[in-house]
Amino acid sequence: MSAFSAIGEQEEAEEDEFTPGIEPQPTWCPGCGDFAVNNALKKAMANLGKNPDEVLLCTGIGCSGKLNSYFESYGFHTIHGRSLPVARAAKLANPGVEVVAAGGDGDGYGIGGNHFMHTARENHDMTYIVFNNEIFGLTKGQTSPTSPKGHKSKTQPSGSAKDPVRPLSLSLASGASYVARTAAVNPNQAAEIIAEAVEHDGFAHVDFLTQCPTWNKDARQYVPYTDVQDSDDYDFDVTNRQEAGEMMYEVESKLYEGEVLTGRFYKDDRPSYGQEKRSTGEMPEEPLAERYYDEDAEWERCAEQLIEKHT
Amino acid sequence: MTDQELIWRIAGGSGDGIDSNSRYFAKALMRSGLDVFTHRHYPSRIRGGHTYVEVRATPDGAASRGDGYNFLLALGDSFARNPSEDAYYGNEELKPLSENLDDLREGGIIVYDSGLIDDEQVEEIDLHERAEENDWHVYPVDLRAIAKEHGREIMRNNAGIGVTAALLDMDTSEYEGIMDEMWNDDILEANLAVIQDGFEQAQEFDQSHDLEMPDHGEPDEQQALVSGSDAIAYGALDAGCRFIAGYPMTPWTDVFTIMSQNLPQFGGISEQVEDEIAAAALALGASHAGVKSMSGSSGGGFALMSEPLGLAEMSETPVVLVEAMRAGPSTGMPTKPEQADLEHVLYTSQGDSARVVLAPGDQQECYEQIRTAFELAYDYQIPSILIYDQKLQGELRNVDASFFDREPDADPGSVVTEEDIAEAAEHHAGKFKRFQYDADDGKEGVSPRSVPGQKGGRFLATGNEHNEAGHISEDPTNRVLQMDRRLAKLESIREELDAKGNQTHHGPEEAEYGIMCWGSHQGTVFEAVDRLNDAGHSVKAIGVSDMMPYPEAEVSEFLESVEECLVVEMNATAQFRGLTQKELGRFGPKLSSLLKYNGNPFEPAEIVEGFESSIDGEELTVNNMKYVPAAGD
Ligand SMILES: Cc1ncc(C[n+]2csc(CCOP(=O)(O)OP(=O)(O)O)c2C)c(N)n1
Ligand code: SF4
Repeated sequence: MSAFSAIGEQEEAEEDEFTPGIEPQPTWCPGCGDFAVNNALKKAMANLGKNPDEVLLCTGIGCSGKLNSYFESYGFHTIHGRSLPVARAAKLANPGVEVVAAGGDGDGYGIGGNHFMHTARENHDMTYIVFNNEIFGLTKGQTSPTSPKGHKSKTQPSGSAKDPVRPLSLSLASGASYVARTAAVNPNQAAEIIAEAVEHDGFAHVDFLTQCPTWNKDARQYVPYTDVQDSDDYDFDVTNRQEAGEMMYEVESKLYEGEVLTGRFYKDDRPSYGQEKRSTGEMPEEPLAERYYDEDAEWERCAEQLIEKHT
Repeated sequence: MTDQELIWRIAGGSGDGIDSNSRYFAKALMRSGLDVFTHRHYPSRIRGGHTYVEVRATPDGAASRGDGYNFLLALGDSFARNPSEDAYYGNEELKPLSENLDDLREGGIIVYDSGLIDDEQVEEIDLHERAEENDWHVYPVDLRAIAKEHGREIMRNNAGIGVTAALLDMDTSEYEGIMDEMWNDDILEANLAVIQDGFEQAQEFDQSHDLEMPDHGEPDEQQALVSGSDAIAYGALDAGCRFIAGYPMTPWTDVFTIMSQNLPQFGGISEQVEDEIAAAALALGASHAGVKSMSGSSGGGFALMSEPLGLAEMSETPVVLVEAMRAGPSTGMPTKPEQADLEHVLYTSQGDSARVVLAPGDQQECYEQIRTAFELAYDYQIPSILIYDQKLQGELRNVDASFFDREPDADPGSVVTEEDIAEAAEHHAGKFKRFQYDADDGKEGVSPRSVPGQKGGRFLATGNEHNEAGHISEDPTNRVLQMDRRLAKLESIREELDAKGNQTHHGPEEAEYGIMCWGSHQGTVFEAVDRLNDAGHSVKAIGVSDMMPYPEAEVSEFLESVEECLVVEMNATAQFRGLTQKELGRFGPKLSSLLKYNGNPFEPAEIVEGFESSIDGEELTVNNMKYVPAAGD
């Protein structure tokens, strides 16, 4: 029997299995978009029949990073910007575990930008949800990498001179094999997209538009929205990198003009990093973590290598 | 044959094959029954420049580089051959000869490549006058021509081996055996022909020197030639480590490379990642998922690991980090050794932190202590750091091969099974009490650890202060309980470490004076101690390996038993002496320092001289060292 019997154990789950027992009420502000991410993630996991014990949620630091406290699963609340490297190693160590990473736009596109680029490039089999509220929430409202140009904050009182990052294009260019955007104001789509991202074998990036009513006063900034898959106005092939790229460019340009487009923008079925690594012999076939619990496992000693090379 | 020691120095440009050639030569001497020790000197440059390796061979025990050397094989720097007149590098062709004369002992041998260095150049550096003064025996040989005749110019080094063998009356069969293991067909044949031709030409020389191969018998046991990095990598594998993440930085790259080359065959995973923050974070991720894992770097890269290191402490995620020191601050001198990152490793990262820091003193200790580092990290859920330096990293030394033939340790430490989880009395609102205050499994401060995928074991690992289930908490009572629990681990670890006896003693127990050292200079200090006792002094030494927790009792006893103690270390600010004074809170007036920080490791004679002038209260006459008297002197 596996040492990790929670993995793949159940076919159905209730949403409230992902709600912590006697948790304190979330400390998010009333109206915060982060609630929607939590709800969508719970719903997605329940729909997929996951057991909280087979899910590992790695978060960064920020209001978004608190997700770990309000979502029931194994968790690793890491440090600012570093959820991805922690998450991807956990996945390599035990590929059966369902690994999800989450964090804010400052966390993911700013301090953790380098990890974002490389995790996407390597196409690790995991889901990455970025709470994009265009602001630093937890440190009280500074300009973030997704804040619009001209955005005024205490640290940029004359208005930001920087163009915002384009997270979808960045993700695609870096090599993510699944890229989507959803919004807190669109809960059904959010749950569907997250479920799809979790099911995807490869790096699935979900840019989740979450309003921050406390520091970005306009809490309705993502309304109205359009789901591109439901609209006849948008016709592009999500498996075609070039078409997807053009579409993303349009989506990102329009966001700051008040036109919010959501949906799935890219999906590619190339092998995940784990598969590639196994095929080159750089990764064992069996989940590495299992070996530590297997009494029959063989543990080679180094002496043989050493004698061969050094005597 | 005589019982004298041979210290053979091969010099050339980086890329001239100095490294591999000296390794084969050392192996051949080892196989013939001698004890060998190598010392490398190289610039931060890929091609050209001045680089050398010394191979010291003695009949019985070589634990250090020697003082100077007695055989120079100067290949000439082939990469410097085409500089335009005012080239930045200047004329370096001559450097392997000209730069190496100062340390050549009286009566020593010089072989240089007359195919690259001509008479005019030899005149420029007054070689013949200097040879006369020092009774050096100079043998010009056209190594380049020999190499080109039978193969390619790069084989100059093997022509030099043939010449060396003839001059020392050495049998070339061991060396040729190694060539046979390394090469096939044409290349093998060419190399053998080059060696033979060099040998024959040198046999024709009118040989005037006294130097011979040291006496040796057959080795008692099969010997292995290993560096500190080899020993660390193999020790980690035998410790059950199956995951490594890293980013290259000299001199850490060595361990990372050796591990990466071996891990796939051992069913493990190696990851070269985008930076050191990621590397340490990956090691934590794999460890969180239940795999024994490690990362590491050198000074600058380790600085980036500071925050993940703190996360490991707060979230109690076991991990082993290796810190390979080189001269700093900042990028400092990338290829030069120094022991100046001790304080960095002990105190980096925010908060009241607790970690294990071990500093092995030689190859065996590298193997032994990386295993200890893993054991403690996983038993106590704490980061362990192994700190060593560029010197121990690259030096090769022969060790009984049987030393490395040990049981692998597959135990992931304090991890519980699903049955244990099911039987655990208390869960906290669906979560397993991962950070239980008073779990008692005999190890103070240690609570049970579950792993993602285990049924019923879920918990939250976090860098924030948290309660028993891992939920973030700023409750003052909980804070104190958790903090005390984490810090209490160090007390039990100190007891375990004391029982392991990582500190190494040398010299007569009743000695009047002491010398203390840590890390890579242990062998050099011990050799100096033997010489001092032979010269009528009464001295003993201790090589300390446990940096945190500090071996209070053992060091106190040592210091109580001596009048005065000289602390030898390779940095400018006496960091280890400072640590000792801080930890023990007394002995200040007994401790003086001998420091060297010019990028070159101590030679035994320097320590002898430093010690003698310290007890005489004289000015230090040795170059490049600093003596810092005891506090209150
Ligand atoms: C290394 C480091 N730098 C800075 C901080 C302080 N810090 C905490 S959260 C945060 C910003 C979070 O913004 P974002 O990622 O957008 O998340 P949000 O709070 O908006 O969800 C910062 C700068 C930190 N914890 N660590
Ligand atoms: S500050 Fe903004 S992001 Fe943070 S909880 Fe409040 S509303 Fe949400």
